[in-house]
Parts: sequence; structure tokens; C-alpha cells
Amino acid sequence: MSLMTVLFEVGYSHLGGAIGAGLAAIGAGIGIGQIGKGAVEGIARQPEAANEIRANMILAAALVEGVALFAVIAGLLAVLKTG
Amino acid sequence: MGSKSTKSLLVAVFSLFLLTFSAKVFSQEKPVENKKAEGEFNPTKAILNHVQDAYEFHFFSTDNFEAAIYLPVILYSPQKGLSVFSSKRFGPEHDQTFDGYRLEDENTVVPVDPNVKVYDFSLTRNVIQTFLALALFCILMINIAKKYKKGEGVVSAPTGAQNFMEPIIVFIREEVAKVNLGSRWERYMPYLLTVFFFILINALFGLIPGAANVAGNIAFTLILGLISLVVILASTTTHFWKHIVWPPDVPILVKLILVPVELFGLFVIKPGALIIRLFANMVAGHIVILAFISLIFIFGAMSTVAGWGFSPFSVIFVVFDYFIEILVAFIQAFIFTALTAIFIGQGFEGSDHDVPQNDHAFL
Repeated sequence: MSLMTVLFEVGYSHLGGAIGAGLAAIGAGIGIGQIGKGAVEGIARQPEAANEIRANMILAAALVEGVALFAVIAGLLAVLKTG
Repeated sequence: MGSKSTKSLLVAVFSLFLLTFSAKVFSQEKPVENKKAEGEFNPTKAILNHVQDAYEFHFFSTDNFEAAIYLPVILYSPQKGLSVFSSKRFGPEHDQTFDGYRLEDENTVVPVDPNVKVYDFSLTRNVIQTFLALALFCILMINIAKKYKKGEGVVSAPTGAQNFMEPIIVFIREEVAKVNLGSRWERYMPYLLTVFFFILINALFGLIPGAANVAGNIAFTLILGLISLVVILASTTTHFWKHIVWPPDVPILVKLILVPVELFGLFVIKPGALIIRLFANMVAGHIVILAFISLIFIFGAMSTVAGWGFSPFSVIFVVFDYFIEILVAFIQAFIFTALTAIFIGQGFEGSDHDVPQNDHAFL
């Protein structure tokens, strides 16, 4: 059994998909956490701008979450399209 | 840029160009094999059945009774002609053949004879639910508009449904349209409002237990993304295209890299990101809810006590997740609208300062 025949088994693609989705969750958590940190600090400095800061925070968080969900879709494809 | 008829001609050519690509768009391509034994709970199959399109609204099933609304299957085949029948003919296990057609994986009608070509025009649950959501929403909005026309809520404070819609519409006008589109915001308000409320109402309807997952369907978001692309392209100016194809004050080697990247970003990445972002958010939310409900049954297969004991935690988490899903529906509708407005605004930015005033966008 060479390395290639071992790696081409279906279980490995499922493992790769699941690990990829988990890593995407880590990335989204870090990214959105930093957005939240910046937004909360901005509101602390200038409470009158709270509404605008909140709207921009939601926009940026949705963009970062979109990227993380691209990776989740890739993980789902890896699991569903192979065996 | 040319006369009005040239602009209309170009808009028509763009739209026709997109329409000539007819592709069968499914949420999945190949059938997922059912590896478990019959009668055992298969969570993958259960989740996929709830997330994809189907020919019936299925609510629950007991031992000898299926609570489902069977929808009409409308098929046209050049060889066999038009066939219209209820999807109940496929049987409770979806394994019966009727009129030479059988159901494969719950959402594809396949002719028994492989030489027969079939076109599927069925009223599936996604179609019915989209029309239902749209009808409800149109009734709501037309009633509100009639109230405004009668003069209520114009010089006095609005009440009732007007009071609910007005902040949302004003929010779209102030924070999305006027900020990104400058002086031309009024032309785009109908489209921005339509796309926002269409995504919102379909996403909210998809959250009702037993309903179809419309917003989390790649075909639904694909069409929305393509229509946004047509609107974005129709609002570009010659100034914009000049800067894309020949960016000023940039070395020639950088130009060679920049121009393909810009074109790829405009035609593929921007609409693609809009499409996949909405699709992935909606379908991921549904899958998480369904996975936690399926956990109850997975535990229940191990032992009845474990199933019953786990269910309070599962139900509490699912209710909490439902609130997050409602929030995500609003946020994703807002993001789609805001990004479309931003991309439209990018089409005619900069054309005010160094270009003569008769260079207008198509819209």
C-alpha cells in the first residue's frame, strides 16, 4: 500500500472536509472578534457615533462570515461529493 | 456615451447574453448513497431532504399516515408529451413508478426509459413557497401604500403596518441608497427595496417548521446575483470602463496584471461572492438547526433514555439558534442590498469632477 492509495481513500476526504470547516470557524472567530474589539473601543471613545459604528461593524462582520462560510461549503462538498 | 437607444440595446444584449446560458442548477449533482440499513435513522439523508427542494410539503408521518401536501408534477417530454400528476403517485417511500417516471433522491424525476428526455416544470415546494411569500408581501405593501396615498401617516405619525415598514424603508434610503449612490439614489430605490424585502421575506418563510428552504437554494441566490450584476453593469459609465481597461498613472507591467484582475473581480468575484454568501449563510443556519434535532434521534437510537434526556438541551439550543437565524435573515438581506448599492456606486464614482455632465449611466 503506497502513500497515494492510502490517501485516496474516502475517509481522508471526509476528515479533510471536517478539519477545514473547523479551521474556518477559528478564522471567523478571530476575525469577528477583532472587528468587535475595534467597534467597542470606538464606541467607548465616542458614544455619539454608536449607531454608525454598529452599522459598519455588522457590515464588516457579515463579510468576514461570508468568507468563513465559503470554507464551510468547501468542507461540505468534500464530504458529500466523495462516497 | 451614445444615444438612449444604444444604451437600451446594450442592456438588452447583456441580459440576453446571460439568459442564453441555460444550465440545470441543482443543490447537489450526484446522489448521496444511503449506506445505513432500512428503518435506521440516517441523519445525512434527513438533513439533505429538509434543505433541498421536493415535490411535497412534508410535515410528519406516523405508522400509517403521512401528513403531507402533495404538489403537482408537471413534465414535458418530446417523446411522451405532457404529463401532469400529483406527487402522491410516487408512493410514501418515493419508490413507485408512474407513467414511466420515477423519483430519484427525492427531487429529480427520471424517466424509466433512458432514451426519453424530460423537461421538469413542476410546482415544487420552493416554487409554491416563493409565490406564497411574494403574494403575502405584495398584499402587505400595497395596503400600506394605499394608506399613504389616502394621506394617513404623511403629516401625522404613522400607525400599524406603516409604522413597522417606515423605519426599514427610511433606513435603506438613508444608510444604503443615499450614502452609496449620491445624487442618483432615487432611480435605484425600487430595485434595492425589492431585493432587500424579497430576500428577507423568503428567508423568514424558510424558518417556519415544515416550510421549504428557499433562500438557501443556490438557484435562488444565483438568479438574484445575476440580476444584481445586470443592474451593476447597466450603471457603469465610460469613465469607469476607461479606468478599468486603462488605469491612469500606473506602470505598464502593473497594468498587465491589474486589468485582468479588475475584470475578473467585476464579472466573477463580486456577483459570485454575493451569491455564495447568501446561499451559505442560509443553508448553514438550516443545517445547524436540523443537525441538533437529528442529535436527539441519534441518541435515541442508542437508548431511549438518552434520547429523551438529551432533548431538552437540544430544543433549548434550537430555539436560541432560531433567534440567531432571524437576525441572520435580516443581516444577509441588508448585506446583499448594501453591497449591490456599493458596487452600483462604484460604477459611476469619479464621473462628477473631470467628465462633462452629459456622460450619464444607463439608468
